Amino acid sequence: MAIPLAYIARNLWTRRLTTTLTAGGLALVVFVFAAVLMLDAGLKKTLVSTGEHDNVVVIRKGAETEVQSAIDRNQASIMEMHPSVAIGADGRPLASKEEVVLISLVKISSNKPSNVVIRGISPTGLGLRPQVKLVAGRMFKAGSSEIIVGSSVAKGFSGTQIGEHLRFAQRDWTVVGTFDAGGSGFDSEIWGDVDQLMQSFRRTSYSSMVVRLAQTNLFDRFKADIDVDPRLADEAKREQAFYSDQSKALSTFINILGFTLSTIFSIAAMIGAMITMYASVANRVAEIGTLRALGFKRINVLAAFLVEAMLLALVGGIAGLGCAALMQFASFSTTNFQTFADLSFRFILTPTIVVKTLAFSVTMGLIGGFLPAMRAARMNIVDALRAR
Amino acid sequence: MYLLKLIARNALRHKLRTILTVVGLTIAVLAYGLLNTVVDAWYAGAAAASNARLVTRNAISLVFPLPLSYESRIRGVDGVTLVARSNWFGGIYREPKNFFAQFAVSDNYLDLYPELVLPAQQRSDYLRDRKGCLVGRQLANQFGFKVGDVIPIKGTIYPGTWEFVVRGILDGRDETTITRQLLFHWEFLNETVRKKTPRQADQVGVYVFGVSNPDDAAAISRSVDSVFKNSLAETLTETEQAFQLGFVAMSNQIIAAIRVVSYVVIVIIMAVMANAMAMSARERTVEYATLKALGFGPAFLALLVFGESIAICAIGGSLGILATPPAASLFKQATGGVFPIFNVSVETIELQAACTLAIGLAAAIVPALHAARVRIVEGLRAIG
Repeated sequence: MAIPLAYIARNLWTRRLTTTLTAGGLALVVFVFAAVLMLDAGLKKTLVSTGEHDNVVVIRKGAETEVQSAIDRNQASIMEMHPSVAIGADGRPLASKEEVVLISLVKISSNKPSNVVIRGISPTGLGLRPQVKLVAGRMFKAGSSEIIVGSSVAKGFSGTQIGEHLRFAQRDWTVVGTFDAGGSGFDSEIWGDVDQLMQSFRRTSYSSMVVRLAQTNLFDRFKADIDVDPRLADEAKREQAFYSDQSKALSTFINILGFTLSTIFSIAAMIGAMITMYASVANRVAEIGTLRALGFKRINVLAAFLVEAMLLALVGGIAGLGCAALMQFASFSTTNFQTFADLSFRFILTPTIVVKTLAFSVTMGLIGGFLPAMRAARMNIVDALRAR
Repeated sequence: MYLLKLIARNALRHKLRTILTVVGLTIAVLAYGLLNTVVDAWYAGAAAASNARLVTRNAISLVFPLPLSYESRIRGVDGVTLVARSNWFGGIYREPKNFFAQFAVSDNYLDLYPELVLPAQQRSDYLRDRKGCLVGRQLANQFGFKVGDVIPIKGTIYPGTWEFVVRGILDGRDETTITRQLLFHWEFLNETVRKKTPRQADQVGVYVFGVSNPDDAAAISRSVDSVFKNSLAETLTETEQAFQLGFVAMSNQIIAAIRVVSYVVIVIIMAVMANAMAMSARERTVEYATLKALGFGPAFLALLVFGESIAICAIGGSLGILATPPAASLFKQATGGVFPIFNVSVETIELQAACTLAIGLAAAIVPALHAARVRIVEGLRAIG
């Protein structure tokens, strides 16, 4: 017969101070572990939702980002006339020729300049991104020095409220609207009319082009045709793949940092659990002897102490996860190493992360509690009963 | 004397517990030191940058270049000594993960950087070879570049594959100098660009220039910017240090997170240590009562607890501090040159020591109070 769970739980309750301290240490480790996973999940979600499955981004061969790329007008016209490109209701191809540059704006949180993407779009550009919705103000008028800003930019950078002016490229640009891009990367961008932006930045070529495929399976054909066309020196990528490639370095960095930290911290926390469990065993030698004398087997004693350790870790794990869940209200913004532009994303708690985190904390308890539980299980009944 | 002996004996009573605590402390102090060093490494570029050099860039952002014609106009500003050109090349050596900085620089660039040491022979070889390049020592060590090697680099901003011949290795004047860059001729870049995409020619990424008196840096940067006010390309001039700090500030939330986390590990170990001390104190209630019965005062008992806690912390902390430099060099190797400068600073070691002391003190407070307040009769009656 197994030792009852209530009995095990009461042991933790009796040594409240010790339990709290140990569980507190474990909770902090779990918090760091969960926060890192949530951050990475948030980054991935932001960039995956930036791309539409049937959209294709074209940039110059060799360029890694839109900012580095250049596509001249002729090339853009050739590509938008490709039969794979969907035709809109007005009979024109669903393609947006875009100008993407960085401008430096002052971040409110640090009062230091940071780079923000400013994207000039064609009239079709908004329709190609159904997740982008105007939430305040109005759309910019084509042919005017008006811009609309993404919700993260509006929150994070000064001078970006509706009615305010941003001065760059020898012009004052009026902010006329704020858009919400459903947590995607576009929330960290400013949009304006492509022709106006090109003119004021004195550029003659576009940065990139986004097209909608007429049918999802036409991508390979579109890509292959662009690759072999001698007039073009461009490269097509599905929009989703394009944006997730751009976060690879940041995602790898967050993962490596998080993994290293969690590993080191968990060693410290496991040692804490081990000390507690050893003390728990040492204080209860006579009790263990009594249990054995009553007929509980070694394996029952081993299980009881392991369960106690896991319960302890679970308490810490739940506390840590609870704190981490609060992080969902915070957002995180940093410069993406690859695009060199500011990107804002949230901490997102997914069911997988909950499971992983709890498994992680219980494992810590199991490892920390194993040696003490072995010691308890190996005690000799007579010696144990004789102990004070 | 017997106090110290008593403390030592107490500390060694539960050998296993003490060893575990010491190991935990070592790991925590080590982790704290490494995280601090990571933050320092982030600032290394700015720390190595000079206040006597100014950088002029396009006011819109770094993506936009400046016209070549600005060079002579900057030189004309009072107090400016030497003006050099520098373009970020942003190419890829074999794979994107082999990231390192490449700059196309004018030939007088090296005169502005006395901290980059180059033998005279290699310098003249470099100046003679149009396709020559110079690589920093840290970079050369990482990829095994030698003088005479050809380095192919795929351009991302400037299309095509570019080949450079190593003509010299740049050494740092001291260990704070970053030598993880590749420099090549700005003229070579410009000539090639003029052939392929004439519109991109005669454009300069940033101008770097020296000033005769660093105290005038602020005034000079204002007068440079005023020269180009309301022109097609307005400029932003700041000291090289401010320029570099601008890059650091872009990832300040990551740095803030690392800072917070580095204190989290200290709090974790504080909990572990406090727990160990609390358990020891509880087990020794009878002893404390006995000592009191013998005539020792509460202060003595508190001292006993504090002494033990600090002794254990001192051992764990010292081990952690000693392990930090070797761990840092391992970490530097493992991360493959992401952090060209990764030195454990004196300040980090001081902070580690301060944290260790704080842990020792904080962990002993509750147990010491417990020991000091033990009532003799109850204490003698207590059971473990």
